[in-house]
Amino acid sequence: MSARLISLQGLSKSFQGNDAVKFVDLTIDKGEFFGILGPSGCGKTTLLKMIAGLEEPSAGRIIIDGLDMDAVPANRRPVNTVFQSYAIFPHMSLEDNISYGLKLKGIGSGNLKKRVSDMLDVVELTGLERRWPDQLSGGQLQRVALARALIMQPKVVLLDEPLAALDAKLRETMKYELVKIQKEIGITFIMVTHDQQEALSMMDKIAVMNEGRIQQVDQPNLLYEKPKNLFVANFIGSANCLMGRVTKVKKGRAYIMLADLNQEIVAFSYENFKVSDDVQVIIRPEKLTFQDIELPSNHEKTINRLNGELLEIVYHGGVSTFRVGFKNKNLKPLIISQLNNHDQTKDGYRIGSNVEVCWRLDAATLVPVI
Amino acid sequence: MLFGKFISAIKSSLRNPWLNISLLVTLLFLYTPIIVLIIFSFNDSRRNIVWKGFTLKYYKKMFSNEILLEAFLNSIAIALITTILSLVLGVLTAILLWRFQFPLKSLYQGIIMIPIIVPEICIGIAFLVFFNWIGWPSDLIWPLRLAKIIFAHSLFCFPFVAIVIRAKLVSLNRECEEAAKDLGANAWHVYRDVWFPHLKPSLIAGGFLAFTLSLDDFVITFFTSGPETITLPIKIYSMVRFSVTPEVNAASTVLIVVTILSVCTAIFFQKENLKKGSFE
Repeated sequence: MSARLISLQGLSKSFQGNDAVKFVDLTIDKGEFFGILGPSGCGKTTLLKMIAGLEEPSAGRIIIDGLDMDAVPANRRPVNTVFQSYAIFPHMSLEDNISYGLKLKGIGSGNLKKRVSDMLDVVELTGLERRWPDQLSGGQLQRVALARALIMQPKVVLLDEPLAALDAKLRETMKYELVKIQKEIGITFIMVTHDQQEALSMMDKIAVMNEGRIQQVDQPNLLYEKPKNLFVANFIGSANCLMGRVTKVKKGRAYIMLADLNQEIVAFSYENFKVSDDVQVIIRPEKLTFQDIELPSNHEKTINRLNGELLEIVYHGGVSTFRVGFKNKNLKPLIISQLNNHDQTKDGYRIGSNVEVCWRLDAATLVPVI
Repeated sequence: MLFGKFISAIKSSLRNPWLNISLLVTLLFLYTPIIVLIIFSFNDSRRNIVWKGFTLKYYKKMFSNEILLEAFLNSIAIALITTILSLVLGVLTAILLWRFQFPLKSLYQGIIMIPIIVPEICIGIAFLVFFNWIGWPSDLIWPLRLAKIIFAHSLFCFPFVAIVIRAKLVSLNRECEEAAKDLGANAWHVYRDVWFPHLKPSLIAGGFLAFTLSLDDFVITFFTSGPETITLPIKIYSMVRFSVTPEVNAASTVLIVVTILSVCTAIFFQKENLKKGSFE
């Protein structure tokens, strides 16, 4: 199943001396829903346009299904794109929009009709064939754009922020719709997005990009649980970060002296850290627990503990977040989030009380300081 | 619905009589001379001052006046060819200004608009001097002897076309071009399926604008036409020099009607433009 379909080798693009994409190496498998995730201006759209053939790379190679795309122009690549603005042709009916590519290919009208109506079924637009683009809603336009790409039966469909222009509720539905259609049809999707929630919930594999470089390529859960650097940790969800230095490494565990706190903690060392390496300790907010020191505790004693002061409680409905600050005001307060079904929530925490923040051995991820 | 709008417009104007009066005065001021001109073209009298009764004889006379007909034909031919040349030049200029960056672009943009700003009489004299200087032959056969006027008209018409087209290009979604290429279109398909449908209303509007400007022009034509070429405005002018007969009124009325029709067409397509623009 996991045959390699696309491989990018040392792909770079610079605009007037500014490097938008820097030496990207990437392989994408057949049938994968692949995501390219990054903040705006990180080069992800440029990368996508190079795959489509709409931008010419400054250096590097694009190989699709074993063929070098160097001399192949956009109109002959086995690739179709869903554009951010949808780019529906305003002077054509919905049907003409969808059949545009096939007509250029010279597909006969009988076959054409059948394929268009099949495609309308897939994207659930049957009955709207004669509509004009200005009579369609945003969500419908999005489906037209998708249908127009899918009907070409390309090897890859590229999607450039396809959900960004939709309102929040429609976006939720379209998210699952897109995944469903992709799994049904089995065509490889490469989707660019800046929304990490979208990426985590939709994609099989995600490449996180920043400043033109790929930061990490992994499955969604690994990106979240085992970020390779601080950028990925902060970009995917929120993260607490503590600076420290390795004092001892034993049986796959690293002992770390936290800077500014003078306290030692323990974490698994997945990468080979050595004594006196500087590291960042990354802990997700929901992996921290805390308790009032003065109240009787029924918590199991966890291995890592820090003392601090409860600064703030923010109620979000399903969860609440808490901020715990330290005596040393240079340190950023820790963010802790808890589901609101905890018994303690009912007791009500007091702001200003002294608390003990705890986390388990496997809760933290260590990343090197760059 | 249109009628309802009309009624409500009248109702609201009754509530505000001053607005009503100023509107009426403006309209009278603008259109009384033209209306008088048209009315007296049907006057059954050699002289223009007294109404003697309705007749169509001056129209009949006009249509049997060979020189007048030739002038009309010349005017239409000049206007048509000028329209085509202005469209080609205007579209190319608009694309150049929209798509490309080059040094001194803003200067170039300003220079192109000069024919709009410079007084027509200066352009006319400039052309007169220019054609004399290059020694343009004056004894050419019919369609060729219009060339001087056509060149001069194209010069002052194409900036208007360029402005109209350029304004429309701004609303072209560049991703539509990319989408067409992505779906297998070559450069020609992109022009046919993306550019042309988008620009069509502006091409028509710009074309009619150029047509009207060329058809009506007197000053520049006066200086560029030789003694052997005559256009309708020039002919009317020379007729007036002898006496203002109802025949002059009839010829002017024809010119007014043609002009108004083409202006209305231009406005109609400009409006279409705005409507379509709401989606893009």
